Amino acid sequence: MTPNLTYVLVIGVLVAAGVTLLLERSLTRVLMGVVLLGNGANLLLLTGGRAGGAPIVGTTSQEEMSDPLPQAMILTAIVITLGMTAFLLALAYRSWHLNGHDEVQDDVEDRRIMTLAERDEGPDGEDTGDDDDDDMTAEDERRLAASATPGRSG
Amino acid sequence: MLVLVAVHALTAVIAPVLVRLWGRQALYLVALAPGATLVWALSHTKGVRSGDPVVETVPWVPSLNLELALRMGTLSWLLVVLIGGVGALVLAYSARYFRSDDPGLGRFAAVFVAFAGAMLGLVVSDDLLLLYVFWELTTVFSYLLIGYDPAKRASRRAAMQALLVTTLGGLAMLAGFIMLGQHAGTYRWSEVAENLPDGGYLTAAVLLVMLGALSKSAIFPFSFWLPGAMAAPTPVSAYLHAAAMVKAGVFLVALMGPAFADTAPWRPVLLTTGLLTMFLGGWAALRQMDLKLLLAYGTVSQLGLLMVILGGGTRDTALAGVAMVLAHALFKATLFLTVGVIDHATGTRDLRELNGVGRRAPALAVVAGLAAASMAGLPPMAGFVAKEAAVEALLHGTGADWVVLAGVLFGSVLTVAYTLRFLWGAFADKPDTAATSVRPISWPFLAPAAVLALAGAAVGVLAPAVDRLLAPYADLYRTAEPGYHLALWHGLTPALGLSVLAVAGGVGLFLLLRGERVRATLRLPFDGAAVYERTVGGLDRMAVWLTGATQRGSLPFYLGVILVVLVVLPGGALLAGSPWPQRFHIWDTPLQVVAAAVVVVAAVMAARALRRLTAMILVGVAGYGIALMFILHGAPDLALTQFLVETVTIVMFVLVLRRLPVKFSERPMRASRRGRIGLGVAVGAVAAGMAYVMAGTRQAVPISVGFPDAAVSYGGGKNVVNVTLVDIRAWDTMGEIAVLVVAATGVASLIFQRTRDLGRRGDIPGDGPTDYSRPRWLTTGATARAQSVILQVVTRMLFHAMLLFSIYLLFSGHNAPGGGFAAGLVAGLALAVRYLAGGRTELNGAAPVDAGVVLGAGLFVAVGTGVTAMLLGGEFLQSAMLDFHLPVVGHIHFVTSAFFDVGVYLIVVGLVLDILRSLGAEMDRQHETEDDEVREKELV
Repeated sequence: MTPNLTYVLVIGVLVAAGVTLLLERSLTRVLMGVVLLGNGANLLLLTGGRAGGAPIVGTTSQEEMSDPLPQAMILTAIVITLGMTAFLLALAYRSWHLNGHDEVQDDVEDRRIMTLAERDEGPDGEDTGDDDDDDMTAEDERRLAASATPGRSG
Repeated sequence: MLVLVAVHALTAVIAPVLVRLWGRQALYLVALAPGATLVWALSHTKGVRSGDPVVETVPWVPSLNLELALRMGTLSWLLVVLIGGVGALVLAYSARYFRSDDPGLGRFAAVFVAFAGAMLGLVVSDDLLLLYVFWELTTVFSYLLIGYDPAKRASRRAAMQALLVTTLGGLAMLAGFIMLGQHAGTYRWSEVAENLPDGGYLTAAVLLVMLGALSKSAIFPFSFWLPGAMAAPTPVSAYLHAAAMVKAGVFLVALMGPAFADTAPWRPVLLTTGLLTMFLGGWAALRQMDLKLLLAYGTVSQLGLLMVILGGGTRDTALAGVAMVLAHALFKATLFLTVGVIDHATGTRDLRELNGVGRRAPALAVVAGLAAASMAGLPPMAGFVAKEAAVEALLHGTGADWVVLAGVLFGSVLTVAYTLRFLWGAFADKPDTAATSVRPISWPFLAPAAVLALAGAAVGVLAPAVDRLLAPYADLYRTAEPGYHLALWHGLTPALGLSVLAVAGGVGLFLLLRGERVRATLRLPFDGAAVYERTVGGLDRMAVWLTGATQRGSLPFYLGVILVVLVVLPGGALLAGSPWPQRFHIWDTPLQVVAAAVVVVAAVMAARALRRLTAMILVGVAGYGIALMFILHGAPDLALTQFLVETVTIVMFVLVLRRLPVKFSERPMRASRRGRIGLGVAVGAVAAGMAYVMAGTRQAVPISVGFPDAAVSYGGGKNVVNVTLVDIRAWDTMGEIAVLVVAATGVASLIFQRTRDLGRRGDIPGDGPTDYSRPRWLTTGATARAQSVILQVVTRMLFHAMLLFSIYLLFSGHNAPGGGFAAGLVAGLALAVRYLAGGRTELNGAAPVDAGVVLGAGLFVAVGTGVTAMLLGGEFLQSAMLDFHLPVVGHIHFVTSAFFDVGVYLIVVGLVLDILRSLGAEMDRQHETEDDEVREKELV
């Protein structure tokens, strides 16, 4: 088998465009990236088998038939992409409905750990919620007393 | 023995229930479990004395050569007696120590008795792996007991520290065990000891095992966890950290001593670390103000002494060692229990605040005094007998033993001094302190301590009898000379003289210090606690750093990492790999170039589009271009499906995008735009390269060569792709339709916010007035919202034709392009047309069923087809051909896999219906509701 340069070019462009969109934060763009990437992947699968006539016995002789196996795989892949597109669209809509935009946000908890790491602290670095009153320092007690003093806030 | 362990486990399970029923009195009942251990051990005294171990083997996993091998020799017997006896007494003590309304009492009882069971299992295990399991169980239970009060940070820290240190040692020990076991071919210690490796291998194994023993017994540099463990309630300290758990390390040394005594590291390591621990512990004890901590450091010191004596590695030192184990368990447990009594009766353990307790609680003072005498090594107590034996054994040794002897004597001086400090601190009258008020002490509270103290005296008085009991262990060391015998009185020996000297020295040291702290702290080049802190802190920081560095919480970052790996590894392999194929062709037909140009232009423009709708249309164009390429490739099924899917996708996009902003938001992503494009181009290049190389290097004959014949003969169809889907690779299709069902359900659950009923059936048709005066093109007529009449007319004409066409595709698909997927999409599009023409009421009129029911029915039919084939004796999803003749219709060729295709068809229809209901009808409803709300607000 020899490679078909037209296919190679189309695969490259579809994947490149797909990945570029995939790296965006807008879920709609991510979704379009997924669709383009999916098309590229399908075409990549198609290059695994030779081209030819339709794989229908009686219409095409077996020698001229295109390879049916990649086609069967791609067929289900196409339909699954449809299901995934629907799911991502619903996700985008839901995000827009709840947050007013459809952008993928950074994880808040991960951000917190990153700040800890920048300060070179352990996981308990922000652990102020200790339930042990033995650990209350004089400073804490003073602050508590101050906050309990009436009339400060007016 | 196994039964006893099981009894403990069972007691542990029911203990919380008992405590809930009877409060603290239940502890007396729980004490029966260790009590039974004691009785059982005593009943075997005779056999053990004559040197017959009790052996029990229970097959477990015979194929893996795993069995529960238990063995109780003299050493194990001694520890079983201690574990059972002290355990029962401490539980009886706890019944008075805790209050009934203590919230953690049930857990305490359970964990305590579970610990006793684990400890019992540990000392009777003959199998090293079994021993390891019990060893770690004791660690875990000790962790739970130290952390008795989980609300206190100090106890949490102490528990974690003890857990980490002893587990670290335990793991090292396991490695040592495995080295020994693998060499011997068995893990039975009694057999491993006969079959030891040699050289560096043995040294390494012994060192690893010793690491476990030393960490468990709080020997330097691991001593620091034991004083921390005093955060536990006093009964726990008395049992775990005086009598039982810390003895596990000592037990291991005693058990393996007869086999390992002559290996290179054994004596040097044990003697050095033991002596060092003895000094550091004794010295620290002299600095303590808290009686419990004083005892804790005293325990550390005594554990060091035990290691030194047992490390001596001769028959006489071994005898002295086990006698010391017995004596120490008795007196140290007693002293801890008395500290608990003092704590309860006076409310403090600080020796600066206690004054005149001895006069107010004389019985307590006597009990403590007896135990203290044993600790200081005064006759006629057990401690005296044991120490005499140790000194005597060392006196008869060689040069190195003399150094050890000097060390032991100095340790004794320290011991006597801190013993006096303890007695003085707890009971003495102190002139310049206010008298402590002492609440009355009930006799059941004091009795357990008294029994232990008297037992210490009894062991001393009955030394010759104890000697006969323990001698079989010592005789494991093969020596020719007649051995030493334990006794209170050996005559005026040098050992006695040295004992007197040590006591005198201790008294002198105490008088010198009185109640003051020892000012000088002993500084060592490194401190176990500091190393621990640094290691644990460093690990914590490293974990945070690593998490922070890899877990950025940003989706583009994660994708970027994955894609960069894709570029670097497979891309690199492409570049570095074998020569690229030299032969290629530019196209199969020139028309491909036209289709390709459409796809390329559309894709590039889609990536650059700023408006959602533009991008959507361009993506659709690219998809249609791909469909064209499928046709040119010779794949009509694919082209058909691709066309239909693209159309459904566009419908979906339009449904959702009408609700979203027209333009993509421009966030500060512009800066990284170039990076994204660069990465995209790189990945695209790698994909293109892979396509080129893979297509060009293929040499094997495709597996699908036989498909056309198989399709006709087995599958009964001429369309090879369709037969592949429903027959040859039917399992794959089965998985894929399941994915579709999941995706559809996901879509519905994201959009429908009514939790109880997904309501995919929609509202009851006919909301809004129906205008009968106008011609009705659709079943539900035009609703209140304006609809295009032309669209309605076209819909009227198209809908049924499309449905018919879809059914034709479904059944012709076996022999011509079509099949369940394509047919389902056509039917779905027919529904979409109805929805677009008449809104959600029209959709409900066209398909008055729940999308979930359609999906479920499809899955049922698909699976049912497969199962039916199985029930008829075939394989799952195997198809059969039926040929029969019908009048009028003519010859019918029917293949059962058509049923499977019907299932696929239903699922695809269900998926599209679900999408229309969710992204279409339900979103309409939500927005109408919102609009109504807005209008109402405006009216108000």
